[in-house]
Amino acid sequence: MTSPITLPLPAAWHVPPAAPAVIWGLGVVLAILSLGALAAALLPVVRPGKDYTNLRQRVNSWWVMIALLATALLLGWQATTALFAVISFIALREFLSLAPSRREDRLIILAAYLVIPINYAFVALDQYGVYLVFIPVYCFMVAPFLMACVGQTQAYLARAATLHWGLVTCVYSLGFAAFLMKTPLTERLPAGPAGMVFLLLFVTELNDVAQYVWGKLFGRRKITPKVSPNKTWEGFLGGWATTAAVIWFLGPYLAPLAGWGRFWMAFALPLAGFAGDVTMSAVKRDIGVKDTSALIPGHGGMLDRADSLTFTAPLYFHLLAFFALERF
Amino acid sequence: MNPIRLAFLLFVAMPLARLFTGADVVDRQRLPAKGPAIIAANHNSHVDTLLLLTIFPLAALGRLRPVAAADYFLKGPMIGWFSRRIIGIVPIVRGGPAAGTNEDVLAPAREALARGDIIIIFPEGTRGDASDAMGRLKAGVARLAEAFPQAPVIPVWLEGAGRVLPKGTLVPVPMNCTVLVGEPLAWCGERTAFIDRLRAALLDLKAKAPPQHWIEDEDPKAA
Repeated sequence: MTSPITLPLPAAWHVPPAAPAVIWGLGVVLAILSLGALAAALLPVVRPGKDYTNLRQRVNSWWVMIALLATALLLGWQATTALFAVISFIALREFLSLAPSRREDRLIILAAYLVIPINYAFVALDQYGVYLVFIPVYCFMVAPFLMACVGQTQAYLARAATLHWGLVTCVYSLGFAAFLMKTPLTERLPAGPAGMVFLLLFVTELNDVAQYVWGKLFGRRKITPKVSPNKTWEGFLGGWATTAAVIWFLGPYLAPLAGWGRFWMAFALPLAGFAGDVTMSAVKRDIGVKDTSALIPGHGGMLDRADSLTFTAPLYFHLLAFFALERF
Repeated sequence: MNPIRLAFLLFVAMPLARLFTGADVVDRQRLPAKGPAIIAANHNSHVDTLLLLTIFPLAALGRLRPVAAADYFLKGPMIGWFSRRIIGIVPIVRGGPAAGTNEDVLAPAREALARGDIIIIFPEGTRGDASDAMGRLKAGVARLAEAFPQAPVIPVWLEGAGRVLPKGTLVPVPMNCTVLVGEPLAWCGERTAFIDRLRAALLDLKAKAPPQHWIEDEDPKAA
C-alpha cells in the first residue's frame, strides 16, 4: 500500500488521511463520469437528430454533486455532517412544500426545520443513543402535540403523519450516513470511516444507474405499472445483480464486510435502493408531480436524487453495526 | 449600476431567495435580457419582488425596476433610500383624489421604459391573501403596453411565495417556490382585451405550477 494522501490545510484543522482505497474509488468514479461526459459530447456528433440536453445536464450535475461529496468525505466528519445537514434541509423543504398542509401548519413547518440542527448536533456530539430516539420517538410525540395546540383538527392525522414521514426520511434516515463518519479509528476499518460512506453513496447511486441501464437495454415486463411505469423486472433484476456483485467483490476494500455481513449487504442493499425509489415515486404520484424541484439540472430535486439513499443509508448503517462495528 | 445595489442583489438577495424559496424557474430563457420590457406577475408577498430581482441574467440586473406603491415604500427616509437605491423601485401613487390623473401616476414607469429598463409590475395592485386566487387586474399595465407597443409584456406566475412570508407576518418560513415564465404578450390594440389576455395567460401558468399552495386553497374545479 502507498502512503496516505493528505490535503494542505491549516494545522489546527485535523484532516484524517484519506485511505488509498477511497482515492482509488474516487478515481474510478471520475473515470466513469469522464466516459459519461465523453458520451454526452460525442453522441450528438455520432448519432445526430436526438436531443441530448438531458444527458449533458445530468453529467454536468454529477460533476458538481461528486465534487461536493468527495470534498466533504476527504475533509472528515465535520464537513460531511454539515453537508448532510444541508441535504436534509433541502430535501425536507421540498417535501414539506409539496405535501398537503394548511395555513395553521406554517409555524409547525418552521419548527420542523429546527429538528435538523438538533438531529445533526447529536451526530457531532456523538450521542448515538439520543440520536436513535430523538426523531422517531420524541419528535413523533411533540409535533402532533404542537399541532393540537394550534387547534386545527381538520385532516389532523394525515397532516401529523405527513410531517413525521418527512422528518424520518429526509432527516433521520439521511443522518445515518453522517453518523458513520463518527466511527472511532480504533475499529478495524479497511478504508476508514470515509471508505464506508463512500461505498454507501457509490453503490446506492450505482444501483439507480444500473437499474436504468438494464431497463433501457432489456426492459420488457413492467414491475410497478401503477407507480413507476418505466420500471421493469429486467431493470430491477439487472441492477440488483450488478450492485450485489460490486458490493461482494469491491465492498470489502472499503467497508468491514466479511462473512454473513458481506452476504446480507450484497443481497439487501440493492433491494432497499429499489424500495426507496419506488416509495418516493408513490409519494410524488400522490402529490401529482414528476420532480420534487428543479434544483439539480437533469435530475430534478434533491429528493429525486436522494430517494434511494433515504432507504439504503439506515439499512447500510444497521447491517454494519450488527455485523462489524463495535461502537454502534 | 450602483455597486451597493449590485452587491446587495448578488450577496444578500440571491442567497436569501435560494435559502427561503429554492428559486426554481420554469422557462427561464423567456426572461428578457434587456429592456424595454414589462414583467407582469401575481402578488402575495414581499418575497415576490425578492425572487424576481434574483432570477434574471447578470446583464439585466441594472435594468430591473419593480413598480411599487409610494405610500408604502417611500414612507420614511430609511425605507425610501433602500427602496429607491437598492431595490430600484419605480414609485407609483395609489388611489385617492391626491393621486391625480392616471396618466400622471404612471409617468415614472413610462420614463423607465423610455430609458430601456425592465419594469416589474404587479397588476393586482397589492399583495393578495396568499390564497393564490388572483385579484382583479388593474389597467395600468395595459396603459404601459399601449404606450410602449414595442415592449413585450411577460406574464409570470409566482407559486408559493405567499407561504414564505404572507402579508402581515414577520417570520419567513422556508418553502419551495416556483417562478413560471410565460410567452411574451404583444399589445393587441385594446385595453380590456389586453387585460383579459394577460389574466388568461397568468391562469394558464398557474395551472402548470406544482402544488406549492395550502391545501384549503385547492381549486375544487381543478381537482
